[in-house]
Formats: sequence, structure tokens, C-alpha cells
Amino acid sequence: MNALEVEGLEKSFGGVKAVDGISFVVEEGKTVGIIGPNGAGKTTVFNLITGFYRVDRGRILFYGKNITRTQPYKLPHLGIARTFQNLRLFSNLSVFENVLSAILKKDGYNVVSSVFRTADYFMKEGKAEKKARELIEFFQLSGKENYPANNLPYGEQRRLEIARALALQPKILLVDEPGAGMNPREVQDLLQTLREVKERFSLSIVIIEHQMGLVMNISDKVVVMDFGEKIMEGTPGEVKKDKRVIEAYLGEEFI
Amino acid sequence: MNFFWEARKVILLSVLIYLSVKAIFFFGYVSQYIEQITLYALIVILASLGLNVIYGYTGQFSLGHAAFYGIGAYVSAYLTKIFSIENIFAYIPILFISGAAAGLIGYLIGIPILRLRDDFLAIATLGFGTLVRVLLDNSDKFSEVFGGSRGFVGIPRLTTFELAFVIVIFLILITHNLIYSRYGLFWRCIKNDELASASIGINTFSMKLMAFTYGCFLAGIGGALYANLYTFLHPSNFDILKSIDFLIIVIVGGMGSIAGTIYAGLIWVGFIEGLRIVLPAEVVDLRWVFIPLLLIALMMWKPYGLMTKSRN
Repeated sequence: MNALEVEGLEKSFGGVKAVDGISFVVEEGKTVGIIGPNGAGKTTVFNLITGFYRVDRGRILFYGKNITRTQPYKLPHLGIARTFQNLRLFSNLSVFENVLSAILKKDGYNVVSSVFRTADYFMKEGKAEKKARELIEFFQLSGKENYPANNLPYGEQRRLEIARALALQPKILLVDEPGAGMNPREVQDLLQTLREVKERFSLSIVIIEHQMGLVMNISDKVVVMDFGEKIMEGTPGEVKKDKRVIEAYLGEEFI
Repeated sequence: MNFFWEARKVILLSVLIYLSVKAIFFFGYVSQYIEQITLYALIVILASLGLNVIYGYTGQFSLGHAAFYGIGAYVSAYLTKIFSIENIFAYIPILFISGAAAGLIGYLIGIPILRLRDDFLAIATLGFGTLVRVLLDNSDKFSEVFGGSRGFVGIPRLTTFELAFVIVIFLILITHNLIYSRYGLFWRCIKNDELASASIGINTFSMKLMAFTYGCFLAGIGGALYANLYTFLHPSNFDILKSIDFLIIVIVGGMGSIAGTIYAGLIWVGFIEGLRIVLPAEVVDLRWVFIPLLLIALMMWKPYGLMTKSRN
């Protein structure tokens, strides 16, 4: 079963073709890495899939369902969750509230229950709080529940963002450059976390990354992009040896 | 019922406050004028709380809040006058109708303008405020009862301390319950980051619209209580300066703090009216020099308002 199918995706900004006919498939339960030099259009692909940009041409299928041009807020309900390249936490909200908001969005109560504090309110709130604590513990943020999110060290903020995305119980998780701005030690921690996530939550993952090490370690398949186009696709081992990839990353003279 | 059980502390506190205020009034320590001011403070708190939901919690800047306050006031004035309401129990439904009218207009105007952000939203709400002010100025062209720029006269006096107190406490409790529920949480998420809110599945537009409508509803009820307290309305009571009063109360009290709005509302009304009493007659007009000075000092001392949320 294919969790995600992207077919001939195109997107231009003014005269610039940021994404030019990208196609790839994410099989259920697999991890796909998208790599490529700066400005290759990786993040644009994410923003197209998650509805933050409008698709010019092409199709996106999620478990066979056409989700092209769906509004962003509808996608988490279908089972798609994402993180952002430049961290988008609710920075003035506590760590706990960051995770809780996603859980209560997924499984909530209505306005009447809120106002009159019905049994449903207490039941759902209780459940959500329990779940939030579990997730916070899993991401090793216990004891920091009440910290404002922006008081956390950078690496922990990254983990919190992934925790918030997973609180939506997605079928697929799109992670945009999780290693950006991290030191090598933090990248190692993150890699470990992502592996555990994969094991425990049994979901498909698409990961954009600059740092080859991180992607190669975790991906089942790697898609390489350059100038908005897919230049190759294969297992990490194949990609590492490919001439075109080395050319895109290091320049022609290194071949 | 859970609603009352959860709110037992607030209700108990309110009863105590009510009894002490009543005792002060009863033993005649204060003039009729002070009683009126106390009622007015309650009304201002309610309307400001509405703005706090819109701006303090959800982050949608509004410079037109007084327009909704005015809509509530005129609707209530009109209905109580043409039906010559004298009974307080007939008045309560009219109060809520007035609030609903302000909420409905807030909803309708919110649909186009809440797509705007920050300064653009400020301009749009400012525009709406001006529009309402001009409509009220010319309202006698629709019906003589409204009085246009001469003002709306002969409104039945129905707002009593008991009624205002019970209504305001009840609405504060409802607001509290909304704020401390998933809806309040989503509002605060939106204030923090709209894109991230959408990424966890929050329909940011409809949540903003909900906050805006509810905030306008509170302003409308405040306006209705105001109309039937002073028995006279003038369009100039509902212009941009009044919107700024509400804004000041929200900011001084602390954005996103219910208690802050209550304190700031009391201080604001107490200070403006208090200075009128305290200051000697020659300098009473200078109170608008002291008030801004106090505001400047306060903002330097507590830039995030009196009740900044504790960070544990």
C-alpha cells in the first residue's frame, strides 16, 4: 500500500520553477529521505503536500485519496502531520500545552461541554493530559512540562515539535530539516529519537535533510532533488555512489 | 451541576463582595454618584473582557470595540423604549438579544476583516468603528426614536446593581470556562503562530471568528447595561476614544488575564472618576494630564500589564 503518491508536481514563483515535475512514492511504514542542495525545492514540495502552497500542476494522493489543494488545517484530520524547517512552536505556551493542543484538536469536546463543564469535558481533558504526559516522557522532556516552549534548548525544541506532530496520531509524518542548526551531538540524539519513533508509532516518514549522515542512516529510500527536479531515487547505498548526486553536491570537477 | 461546583470559589467570593458593597451602600457611606460609578465599572469590565478575548487571547487587534458596545446599547435602548419595559425579568432577555445583535454584526463583519492581519486589521476595525459612529449620528433618519446626533433620550432605567453584578459574574465564569478549555487553548495557539496552528488541524479562521463574535457579544451586553443605567445615549460615547479606553484596560491589566482586566477596569474607572472628586475644582480639567502620566509610568514599571501570567 502506498501511503503517499506524488505525481508530476509543479510550482512556480513568478518566473522561477521551484518544483518542476516531481514524482515519488512513499510506501506504508517506510522512511523516505529527500535530499538536495540549498534551493533545490525540497521545502516547497513539503509546503505543496501540506497545502501551505497551492499546487500549479500535478497530483498528491494519500492512501489513494486525492488531497491536492486541500486546506492545511484539514490534513491533520486525515492523518498527515508535519514539522517546520524554522521551528514553529507555540513559543509562549508551555511544553505541556504545546502537546495538549494537538491532542485536544484530534479528540475534543464541544463548546457546551466547555462552558458547562460536562462529564465529557473532564473525560476528554483527563485522557488528553495523560497522553500528553506520555508523549513528553517519550521525548525526554519530563520535568519541563511547565516551561514556556521558547525557554528550551534548541535540540529539545526540535523534539517538542516532533512530539506535537505525533500527538495528532498521524499515519505519515513529514519532517523538514530536523537537524538544521544542531550540533553533531544533538543530531545523533535526534537520529536515535527518530528511530524510536519509527519503531513505536509505526508510521511512514518523509524527511528532508541537508546532513547526508542523518538521512542515509534512517531512510529506506532517498529522493535526490536539484533545481526543482528529481535527479535520482534509490537506496542510500545507491545514492551515495551516484555520479549525478556527487555532481549536484560538490560540483562537476570532483567526479 | 458541574458549572456551579467548579465555580464555587468565585461564587462565594462574589457573594462576599456583593454583601460588603451592599453594606457600604446601605449605610450611606457613599453618594448615589459613587454607586453609579461602581455599576459603570462593572460594565466597563465586561466590555473590556470581550476585547481581551479578541486581542489579549487570540491576538486580533481591534480598534472598533466601542462600535459593538454601541450596537448593544442602542438595540437595548430601542427595545426597552418601544416595549416600555419596566420589569427586570422582561429586561434580561432583551439584554441577551442586544448582546446577540452585537455578536451577529461582529460575526458578519468578522468574515471579511479577520482574513487581515495586524495593522491591516487595525485599520479595518477602525473603519468599522467610524462607520457605526456616523450611522448613529444619522440614526434619526431611520427612526426618530434614535435621536441621531441629539442623542437617544428617555430610556427606561433598568440596570440595578444586583442585575449587573449577577450578569457580569455569570459572563466572567463562562468566559473563564471557555478560556480554560480547548477553545481558549486554540485561541492562544493562534496568537502565537497561525501557521503552526493550521499544521495541527486548527481551523484558524473559524476560531478567530468565534473569539471575535464572542468578544463582541460581551461588549453588546455591556452596552445594553450601560444604556439602561444612564437612560441617555449619545453617539460620541461610542467612538474611537472609547475603543481606546477598552484597549488601555486590556493592556494595563495584562493581555490574556481575566483578573487583570477586572483590576484594570476598576482602577481605570476609579481613577478617572476619583480624580474628579479628589482634585480641587481649578485643576479638575487637568486630570487628563495626570492619567496619561500614570499610564506611561505604569507601562515602564510593568510593560506586560498588572497581571502578567506567572511562569511557575
